[in-house]
Amino acid sequence: MAADVPVPAEMAQAATTHTAPRRLVLDVLNDWVTTVDHKKIGLMYIGYALVFLVVAGIQALLMRIQLSLPNNDFVSPQAFNSLFTMHGTTMVFFVGMPILFGFGNYLVPLMIGARDMAFPRLNAFSFWISAFGGILLYFSYFGASGLYGAGSAPDVGWFAYAPLTARVFSPGHSTDYWTLAILLSGIGSIGTALNIVATTICMRCPGMKLSRMPLLVWLYLVTSSLVFVAVSPLTAAQIMLMLDRYVGSHFFDTQAGGSAVLWMHFFWIFGHPEVYILILPAFAFANEIIPVFSRKAIFGYAAMVAASVGIGFISLSVWAHHMFTVGLGPGANTFFVLATMIISVPTGIKLFNWLATLWGGKIHFTASMMFAIGFLFQFLIAGLTGVMLSIAPFDWQLGNSYFVVAHFHYVLVGGILFMIFSAFYYWFPKMSGRMLSEKLGKWHFWIFLIGFHLTFDFMHVPGVLGMPRRIYTYEADRGWMIWNMIISSGAIFQAAGTLLFVYNMIWSYFKGPIAGPDPWDAWTLEWSTPSPPPAYNFAEIPTVASRRPLWDLKHPEDPDSNYE
Amino acid sequence: MSQAAVIPNVTTPEWELPSRGVVGMVCLIVAEAAIFTIFVVAYLYYVGKDRSGPTPREVLDLPIFTSICLLSSSLTVHFAVAALHQARRGLCSLWLAATVLLGGIFLGGTAHEWYTLIYHDGLTIQTNLFGTTFYSLVGLHASHVIIGLIMLTLALIFSLNGSMTSKHTGRLEVLSLYWHFVDAVWVVVFTVVYILGR
Repeated sequence: MAADVPVPAEMAQAATTHTAPRRLVLDVLNDWVTTVDHKKIGLMYIGYALVFLVVAGIQALLMRIQLSLPNNDFVSPQAFNSLFTMHGTTMVFFVGMPILFGFGNYLVPLMIGARDMAFPRLNAFSFWISAFGGILLYFSYFGASGLYGAGSAPDVGWFAYAPLTARVFSPGHSTDYWTLAILLSGIGSIGTALNIVATTICMRCPGMKLSRMPLLVWLYLVTSSLVFVAVSPLTAAQIMLMLDRYVGSHFFDTQAGGSAVLWMHFFWIFGHPEVYILILPAFAFANEIIPVFSRKAIFGYAAMVAASVGIGFISLSVWAHHMFTVGLGPGANTFFVLATMIISVPTGIKLFNWLATLWGGKIHFTASMMFAIGFLFQFLIAGLTGVMLSIAPFDWQLGNSYFVVAHFHYVLVGGILFMIFSAFYYWFPKMSGRMLSEKLGKWHFWIFLIGFHLTFDFMHVPGVLGMPRRIYTYEADRGWMIWNMIISSGAIFQAAGTLLFVYNMIWSYFKGPIAGPDPWDAWTLEWSTPSPPPAYNFAEIPTVASRRPLWDLKHPEDPDSNYE
Repeated sequence: MSQAAVIPNVTTPEWELPSRGVVGMVCLIVAEAAIFTIFVVAYLYYVGKDRSGPTPREVLDLPIFTSICLLSSSLTVHFAVAALHQARRGLCSLWLAATVLLGGIFLGGTAHEWYTLIYHDGLTIQTNLFGTTFYSLVGLHASHVIIGLIMLTLALIFSLNGSMTSKHTGRLEVLSLYWHFVDAVWVVVFTVVYILGR
């Protein structure tokens, strides 16, 4: 309306957003702490994970500074041991899991046309118990040795092999903080996973058959089901470890006949499916983002679902490829070699389906899509080194070397983190109502890409040259220095890229262009709500007739339901 | 502006989805089953590898009576759900009370067994691998029995004071699923500890 026309007071008030009384900080805080809204809990998961991402990223930087030169003493050996333990533990349990559950919490109900999760209060409980676990882990820096004197962080490595964790070798309480933190985060993970499965099965809007669910929801269903059978063994093993340390039982006490190898089995029965728990949500993001920016429906929906479920099952039978160097005997080795190779088949199916989705599409190179394409390329390489390492004799040569570190960081950073960045550029407009800056996003992509390849491409080399992982420093005459220097310099690029991303998020939250409900012209139900969605999500519960309900809505002359 | 994705001319006559309580409980049972599996694997892995006594054959007796009590409590809880479904609240309270009693007898049996093992046979969790795995596996199960008994007792109280009516059948059924699971786990624990392990 024109500025010079007087308007009635009520209308003027409604048109002016700033007249609403500003809420007190305590009110806002109370709102967030007591919320059971899946969107707010999702955002808290994501925010909490981002804080830990920065913390664990700084730990990685400190380690890279220490290793950039031979005979360096930038940090003490003790500090180095806690650094790699805390970096690994934090990244897996307090960055990877919460950020993925955060997106799941936010997106799953919106995508299936539900107003909230199946168990909203359980959802809040799961978040807070996980958050408490993370804080407990970091409290060990102050409290782990008993409150007098300085504390010490856990230093047993993220897989905490026995007998390192026995009381004799790990006095004080640092290992107990580690155990309790993971136990709590595990309880939270199981709670959220249960919630996601129940939501997916019981809360779908009319017409949303399983065969019409967005692939993201399918993948969250698989990943959450994996959580039950993968995280629970870890919980059991942590209970055993606590009993060993506090009550004096002998599960992992080799002196009384206990077995250190049993811990390895228990840990990796969790540890390997865990990798898939982390990567499946990354696949989930790719399944939504790549079709939208290729302007094509996903290629091979049914094959994608089958491959996801297949990965879920096979991932339960590959754990001992982490243990080839233990000496399991030829029978067990052969089994785990073959199982590990077989799992690359469904993964390959996915990769080809994404390529087929891109093929002939009208590709929009947004920042989100660039990260997704980076993911495709890097995940392929990560998978190929994975197949190399699955061959037991090859693993005997390179197990526990920097080649392995390079391989799994290629998966975790090149695969998962790239896809998480992609997801941020894609869904940030939905979550905040404002677009992220595309220009900064592209800078972020290129800087991070250069940093990533400097670090993790070259990290394979010292591994092949024999550099073991987790060493504090090395002699100058080993010939590893130049490689470590390159690796460390790449870390600086990655840090710069991440800073740019954080700046972009903060700037765009306040100053970014208004997104509107559907900035990408996408097809799934979350884009039918305003950005950010209201607390109840949908004023009217939607009804769907195909896998792309918004396509049907926008193209009533040619709905998808004619073809499915 | 907001567009609700309502597609016209599509009728979905019956849209029935499973009860979220049941699905949630099934998920919990799967997760719990995985925890028990790990403890059972540890038990089987260490059985017979002790370097000192006492061994299972020397000290364990078959807890047949208490096992029968626990397993029949599955039946009684089922009858309680059925009674509530037919809105026969008195009968429901009766069957719930029977369930709590049978579960209590089982727990008492375990307590007596542990007392004997600790004070007469000198077997504690620290004694040997058998002690370690036995107390943790049986104790894990017993702690599930305790949680189940607390919830069943609450249900009994609600049933007695009339706040649980037939519209709560679904919820009592979820609780009964948990209780069936606890009983089923006992079948496994019984087989592993008292038959295979002896």
